[in-house]
Amino acid sequence: MAVVTGTGSDTRNPIARLWGNKKARSVIVQIVTMAVVFGVLALLYRNVVVNLAAIGKEFSFDFLNAPSAYDITFSPFIEYNSRSTHLRAAAVGILNTLLVASCGIVLATVMGFIMGVLRLSKNWLVNRTVYCFLEFTRNVPVLLHILFIHGLVVTQLPVPKQAMNFADSFFLTNRGFFFPAPVPEAGFWIVATVFAISVVFVIAFGRWAKKVQDETGRTYPVFWISTGAIVAATAVAFLAAGMPLSWEAPALKGFNFKGGVAIKPEFIALWLALSYYTSCFIAEIVRAGILAVSYGQTEAAYAVGLRPNRTLQLIIIPQALRVIVPPLASQYLNLTKNSSLAIAIGYMDVVATIGGISLMQTGKEMETMMIVMLTYLVFSLIIAGFMNWYNKKMALVER
Amino acid sequence: MKPIHAIAAAAAVAALALSAAATAGTLDDVKARGVLRCVVSTGIPGFAYPDANGVWKGFDIDFCRATAAAVLGDPKKIKEVTATGKTRFTLLNAGEGDVLWRNTTITFSRDVGVKLRFHGVNYYDGQGFMVKKSAGIKSATELDGASICIQTGTTTELNLADYFHSNNMKYEAVTIETNDEARQNYVAGRCDVYTTDASGLAATRSTFANPDDHVILPEIISKEPLGPATRQGDAQWSDIITWVLNATITAEEKGITQANLDDMKNSKDPEVLRLLGVEGNQGKELGLSKDWAYNIIKAVGNYGEIFERNIGVKTPIGLERGLNALWTNGGLQYSPPFR
Repeated sequence: MAVVTGTGSDTRNPIARLWGNKKARSVIVQIVTMAVVFGVLALLYRNVVVNLAAIGKEFSFDFLNAPSAYDITFSPFIEYNSRSTHLRAAAVGILNTLLVASCGIVLATVMGFIMGVLRLSKNWLVNRTVYCFLEFTRNVPVLLHILFIHGLVVTQLPVPKQAMNFADSFFLTNRGFFFPAPVPEAGFWIVATVFAISVVFVIAFGRWAKKVQDETGRTYPVFWISTGAIVAATAVAFLAAGMPLSWEAPALKGFNFKGGVAIKPEFIALWLALSYYTSCFIAEIVRAGILAVSYGQTEAAYAVGLRPNRTLQLIIIPQALRVIVPPLASQYLNLTKNSSLAIAIGYMDVVATIGGISLMQTGKEMETMMIVMLTYLVFSLIIAGFMNWYNKKMALVER
Repeated sequence: MKPIHAIAAAAAVAALALSAAATAGTLDDVKARGVLRCVVSTGIPGFAYPDANGVWKGFDIDFCRATAAAVLGDPKKIKEVTATGKTRFTLLNAGEGDVLWRNTTITFSRDVGVKLRFHGVNYYDGQGFMVKKSAGIKSATELDGASICIQTGTTTELNLADYFHSNNMKYEAVTIETNDEARQNYVAGRCDVYTTDASGLAATRSTFANPDDHVILPEIISKEPLGPATRQGDAQWSDIITWVLNATITAEEKGITQANLDDMKNSKDPEVLRLLGVEGNQGKELGLSKDWAYNIIKAVGNYGEIFERNIGVKTPIGLERGLNALWTNGGLQYSPPFR
């Protein structure tokens, strides 16, 4: 009897043999997966085309140039009225989303870092209080926080006629927080120019100070000198130009306060709720980041004679940031996307304007939703791109 | 990567080639399902709201029940698909509901742009304003600078913009997703004014602890003909909805009520006999049973009965018939003849 060996003896059919080959198998699986993905996409696309045709709708963005016919009261950046186009309404919404997202990110970061550090405090009371707050906040849906804060603002603050009055210039009511608006007068450009020049000077000074430190080891109190220089230069210019700035105080006329700057309760509620909600996640990320830096690093820093402040600044934080930044990015994305809950309390963001009223009035569901989705996609990609860049900058540089 | 492209292209073509499941008419769908799905509001007292037992009641709901009685012979076989002002048309057009009975204003852009079919007016309404009595406002022309609470996705916000624009007044629009939230903001004093259709104002006021503390201003700033809607492109279903509404109005014109319904079968009026299916075969022509209109009136009564039971002067809503009286009584409700 002859012993048969080798691959030539495989009597299975060719497909089974191909499946037996690891490389071929992986290609087949990829092909099938791609086919399924594209198939589903094609099916969805076809569904849209067929269904739009069935109800006689055409896919077109022409409606963007038609007058919107509705009012948006909160439009701090661009002029808008009911005669403006849907495109402009979309722009107002996008800017409002951008405003609440950026303000939210700043506040959430500040609050998150503070609470993250407090969470590590050796003081039992501080540590536990923050812990309870974090756990409570994180485990309640953000929509409830938004409605809660909005409810507080609207029901607990007084109506305009009984506004809380601070020195006849600042008013707190359930229609918003009103404060005087700065009105630049002739010659204000001098102050602005001096301010800009001082900023440029301070940046140059910072670079020079770093160079000196690198070469000689001498350090300057850069922060204090910089701040002092900017404040002093601007103040001198302001006085020299004859104080070219006046204030327009808000005053109660008819139903509401007129003049000054108003921060609407809808904005306050959305901003605060999104910020403190997100800051709780950030606090945990910060705590994890700091704990991830081994205590040996601190001891080593002390051993070479660094003071605690400098240790934190130069040793702990840079290393902690490497752990903190990537998850921080996803919290920023969450905050931005959560801002779409704005319509619940009547903050006119992109979902409420183009994705809400415009959608309703024109019946262009596909088109308006695509604009809204694209808006969030672009915002998210920008945030992700920036955080990736920052992460690279902070990453460990191997030598 | 080329083979993958080829396969993907093939898959795409295959998907495109797959024919859609033949879409039966809405009538056949409803009959096959055995339940009529009505798009209704998320809750407006008197018009569409769940009672203490979770059973939906109201003016719009009764018309939904009338439709179910006509199509399925049973007014209980309905499913309420609740929709906000913003989602209602999308739900209807996506096929989540069969018919929309949800105090919806008939407008050109909704008929033509949103691609709906409207089938007559079951309530003639107009937009009004409600303010707190303590504000001492007597007319809408005094509202310059006021904060106004509105529900988003309604004709209300467009009328409001037009009214203030043409009268050269300013206002702060507080635009909120649901009627309920808008109402709460008004109560809390976030707004000076609450605006919606006059019927909605009356309905909302009836839910306040002290309805007398609020006044509805005399100005009606718009025409709001409220009526049922369906998707475009189903002529048979459109006919059914149109004639369900007409049947209730004709019944009132002819004095047919829930109480005298069976006696009316012996009427000498041929139109009554046609309506109740004693003579002719109008039911069959609609694709319904012979006694479709009989079932409607048996279930919910005629137009006047539906009105008085849900929103009439004897209810907490307390609306007068006004424009919604029969044409013979100086109103606008008028049905084409059953001939």
